[in-house]
Amino acid sequence: MDNFIEVKNVTFGYKDYDNNNILNETCVINNISFNVRKGEFLALLGHNGSGKSTLAKMFNGMITPDKGEILIEGIRSDDEDRKYEIRSKVGLVFQNPDNQIVASIVEEDVAFGPENLGVPPKEIRERVDEALKAVDMYEYRNFAPHKLSGGQKQRTAIAGIIAMQPDCIVLDEPTAMLDPKGRAEVMSTIKKLNKEKNITVILITHYMDEAAAADRVIVIDNGDLLIDDTPKKVFSHVKLLKEHGLDVPQSAEIAYMLKGGKENDELPINRHRCVEYIVELLNNN
Amino acid sequence: MLSDITIGQFFPGNSIIHRLDPRIKLVLLLSFIVFIFITGNYFSLSFIFIFVLSVVIMSGVALKMYLKSLKAIVYIVLFTSVINLLYGRGEPIAQLGILKVTVSGINNAVFVFIRIVSLILISSVLTYTTSPTQLTDGMERLMSPLKVFKIQVHEIAMMMTIALRFIPTLLDETEKIMNAQKARGASMDSGNVIQRIKAFIPVLVPLLVSSFRRAYELATAMECRCYHGGDGRTRMKSLHLKKADYISSAVCVIAFCGVVALNIILPAAER
Ligand SMILES: Nc1ncnc2c1ncn2[C@@H]1O[C@H](COP(=O)(O)OP(=O)(O)OP(=O)(O)O)[C@@H](O)[C@H]1O
Ligand SMILES: [Mg+2]
Repeated sequence: MDNFIEVKNVTFGYKDYDNNNILNETCVINNISFNVRKGEFLALLGHNGSGKSTLAKMFNGMITPDKGEILIEGIRSDDEDRKYEIRSKVGLVFQNPDNQIVASIVEEDVAFGPENLGVPPKEIRERVDEALKAVDMYEYRNFAPHKLSGGQKQRTAIAGIIAMQPDCIVLDEPTAMLDPKGRAEVMSTIKKLNKEKNITVILITHYMDEAAAADRVIVIDNGDLLIDDTPKKVFSHVKLLKEHGLDVPQSAEIAYMLKGGKENDELPINRHRCVEYIVELLNNN
Repeated sequence: MLSDITIGQFFPGNSIIHRLDPRIKLVLLLSFIVFIFITGNYFSLSFIFIFVLSVVIMSGVALKMYLKSLKAIVYIVLFTSVINLLYGRGEPIAQLGILKVTVSGINNAVFVFIRIVSLILISSVLTYTTSPTQLTDGMERLMSPLKVFKIQVHEIAMMMTIALRFIPTLLDETEKIMNAQKARGASMDSGNVIQRIKAFIPVLVPLLVSSFRRAYELATAMECRCYHGGDGRTRMKSLHLKKADYISSAVCVIAFCGVVALNIILPAAER
C-alpha cells in the first residue's frame, strides 16, 4: 500500500514566554517517524499531555514541525501555497462537537467546508446530501444543532469534514464527551467510512476498545513513539502499557490476569476471542 | 426560564414566506417598520395590523411561538402604553388626583400598543422563517455596497452567523452554571436587585472564560475547514430573485400605498 502521510524525524515544542519574558521551550514531540498508509485505520494512544492533539494538528499543517518534515501525499505540510489543498485532503474532527459547528442548521454547517473551497452551489448540494447520508444524518438536515444529541452533533461535524471529500480524517477523541450510545454511533460511522469509502482514518482515543478495532495502533509517550504494531500485539504488552499509564481492552486484561500476569503475545482483544481464550484455558487445565 | 428566549430561532418550513429571498424579506421588514410608524389614524393602523396578522398566518409557524415572543416583552408594552395613556393632552375624561385620562392619551396608548406588537410580530416572521445563515447572507449581500467604504461586510455577517448559532448553546451553559452555583448554596432568586446582580457574577465569570475557550476551538475548527474569509467563497443556497419575490414586493408596495392613502383621505386621530 502507498504511504499517505509520512512523518519524518519530527520534533516540535510550544514556545511560551513566562512572566520574566524568558522563552520556555518544551519538547512535545520528540524525533518521531512513522508512515500512515492509504486506506488504513490507525489508532493513536497515549496518556494525557503526551502530545497526541499536537500531532493531530500537524497532519494537516495547522502546526508545522520545528525539525523534520511531514509529507501528505508528497506535499510538505508547511507549504503555504498548498495550505487549503492539504486541509481539504486531511480533515480534523475535534472532541467537542459544539465548538466545531458554525451554522445554525445541520445542512448549512455541512456546506461550510465546500463553500470555503469555492465549490459551485449545485455540487455543494450533492456533496452535502451525500455526506449526510454517509453519517446517517440525512433526516436531520434541517435541524438546529442544539436540538441534536451529542452523537448526532459529532456525526454532523464528521459530515462537515466528509463534504470536503478528504482522503483522510483525523479524529481527536471524538467520543470523549459522548454517552455510550453516542459513542457507538460515532464509532460505527467511522468504521463505515473507512471500509466503504476507503477513507484513511487516524483515531486518537482514550478508549482501548475503540483502539482495538483499528488496523494498527501507535502509542505515544511524552513525545516519543513507544510502540507501533497491530492492536493484538500492542495490547499484549500489558505491563509496558500499564507502566506508561495506559489501559488495555477489558478482554486482554481478563486474559492477562487469568494467565497470572505473564506476558503473552496473543491476548484476545474482543469479547468473542476472550470467550474462546477462556474456554481453551479451562480445557488445558 | 431561559428556554423562553426565542431570539434567532428558526422553524424550517415550506410556506410562501419561507421561500422568499432573504434580501426581499429584509427590505420589506424595514419598510414595514417605517409604515407602521407613519400610520396616522385608526383606519391605516388597523389596515397594517391586519396585513401583519395575515403575514403571520401565511408563515405557517405555530401561533404559540408568536405568543411566546410577545410574552417576552409584554411588560414593556404594557408599561409604555400606560405611560402614554396618562400623559395625553387636552380635556380629561376621567381624573384621579394628578392622573388624568384624555382622548389623546387613549389614542396614544392604543397606537403604541398596536405598533409595538406589529413590530414584534413582523420581526418574528422574519427570524422564524429565515434560517440564520440565509439571514446573514441576505444582509451581507444588501450591505455589500458598503465595501467601498472599507467596511468588512463579510466579517460582520460571519460574526452574526456565529452569534446566532451560539445563543442557544450559551443559554444552556448559563443554566448549567447557575444550577452548579445553586448546588453550592448560591441564591439566585432571592434578595434585592443589587444582591441578585452580585449573585450573578459567579455565573458570568465562568461563562466568559468558557466562551473564550469555545471561540478559540471554533476558530481552529473553522481554519481546519479551509475558512479564509469571504474571498473565493461560494454559497450552497445562492440567492436568486424569483417570481414570488416580485409578486410579494408588489403586494407590499400596494399595501404601503394603501396606508398612505388612508392617512391622507381620512382625518388623523387626535394625538
Ligand atoms: N497551545 C499550547 N501552548 C502551550 N503548550 C501547549 C499547548 N497545547 C498543548 N500544550 C502542551 O503540550 C503538551 C501536549 O499536549 P497535547 O494537547 O498534544 O496532549 P494530548 O496527548 O492531546 O493530551 P490529552 O490526552 O489530554 O488530550 C502538554 O504538556 C500541553 O500542556
Ligand atoms: Mg488531546
